[in-house]
Amino acid sequence: MADSKDFIAGVDSNAKKSPRRIVFITRRTSAQVKAETEDQIQTFPEVLFRAVVAIEVLAVALVWISLMFNAPLEGLADPSHTPNPAKAPWYFLGLQEILHYFPPVVAGVLVPGLVVMALIVIPYFKVNIEAEGLFLKDRAQRLRIFYLVTALLCIFLIAFHVIVALVPTLIIAALMILASQGSPQSSSGFRRYLAARPLSYWVMTWFLFELVVLTAVGTFFRGPGWSWVWPWQGS
Amino acid sequence: MAKTLDRYFDDLRQTRVWRSIFRSGTGSSTLHRALVIQQNVFLHLFSTKVRTRLLGFSATWYLGSLTFGTFLILVATGIPLMFYYHPSVPQAYADTKDLQFVVSSGLFLRNLHRWSAHGMVFLVFAHMFKVFYRGAYRTPREFNWVIGVVLLLMTLLLSYTGYLLPWDQLAFWAITVGSNIASAVPLIGNKIHFLLLGGNAVNANALLRFYVLHCMILPLTAMLFVAIHFWRIRKDGGLYAHSTEPATVRAKAAEPSASGKTGGTWGTQAAPGAQGMAKEAR
Repeated sequence: MADSKDFIAGVDSNAKKSPRRIVFITRRTSAQVKAETEDQIQTFPEVLFRAVVAIEVLAVALVWISLMFNAPLEGLADPSHTPNPAKAPWYFLGLQEILHYFPPVVAGVLVPGLVVMALIVIPYFKVNIEAEGLFLKDRAQRLRIFYLVTALLCIFLIAFHVIVALVPTLIIAALMILASQGSPQSSSGFRRYLAARPLSYWVMTWFLFELVVLTAVGTFFRGPGWSWVWPWQGS
Repeated sequence: MAKTLDRYFDDLRQTRVWRSIFRSGTGSSTLHRALVIQQNVFLHLFSTKVRTRLLGFSATWYLGSLTFGTFLILVATGIPLMFYYHPSVPQAYADTKDLQFVVSSGLFLRNLHRWSAHGMVFLVFAHMFKVFYRGAYRTPREFNWVIGVVLLLMTLLLSYTGYLLPWDQLAFWAITVGSNIASAVPLIGNKIHFLLLGGNAVNANALLRFYVLHCMILPLTAMLFVAIHFWRIRKDGGLYAHSTEPATVRAKAAEPSASGKTGGTWGTQAAPGAQGMAKEAR
């Protein structure tokens, strides 16, 4: 048994096709399975206890907020009197902001539909599986594609006067250019970090940034007739 | 006389009634702790063990647990709110006013429900982005991510249908603005709009529909999907840890120094899977 083989199983196995691999049996030996070395902890009581404590802390925070701030309640609903501006709940204000620039079919149906589709499709794309830096391979060609896509997107946004969405796009683009100049050998840690980001990271970060900015603008910076107001100007 | 609370609890756990309810027995050995999870219809959604490393705050920020926490608070506050509420026009508004000024702690109840709802929407988004940036949607967890997207949409729908119920100006016009978007769907837009509201504008029918959706259909469906979501975490190999990923494992195995002894090959990962399979087969 001294020459028992150590398995490096899965070196060229396809995890996508068969994510579970169960038992290895070689000639004249019984099944050899190594114990997992990683520390594990019992769900009961340790993990459940922590989850309950986390939820309790949250509950205390929410109770405190509820004691301090009252939920809004305006006058009785009156279909004949439209408030200006009429705003959707805050999580839809990003959409309402886009609705201001594009026809309803685009902003109300196409954009949310595509976002949901994109979210569902994420894990089925192989893009992010290896999680390699976007510009580490084929740098020149990828940069060309990146410039082309960014330019088209910016022209599109400018054509529809969507300055609000243009600013986050430009900031993300600037970070991506910075990433393209870095490498895993860069001296600054920040540059090394940026250089290692894959495409999916950039797309998602752009989406997150746009979501936050558009929602914030719709919530705090829009007044009568959906005109730009500053939060301190009151409503 | 000097019986401590623990002893009383131990005695209670020995009783026939207790043992008939909880099948896990009275010990506190590792086996018994595992049985507590395994022998309980709700807890068996979770795995009996979790990698210690993933318990730290930074691994998950507890965003999934916290989202579930807001859901529990919303159910707990939503049911008493239903006791004081009639989904009719204009009674709904009067009831909300009563909750605000007449019912004991009604104001607090409504505040807690409202702020928890906002909190849940925020936490669901935060949970989604955290899962994305950790890469925790990867094989074999793809479908659980899809269920997560479904739960995101259900959370938005729950919040949106609840938004109309106070029947004040804010509610009425927010739902009017939102539901008008449905009309923009090509060809069948107006039909969808009509189906959603039970009319061509937000009216008493819309209030009733939103009430039924908000208090019955959506919460029950959400609970079902939450159960599947939790159960799939266990089935897909527990909370995601980067070091158990095929890509990472392969990279480690390819290193000459890591041949076999350091563990972390597919062989080692097979172990819990094999045990799990054996357990399930029983």
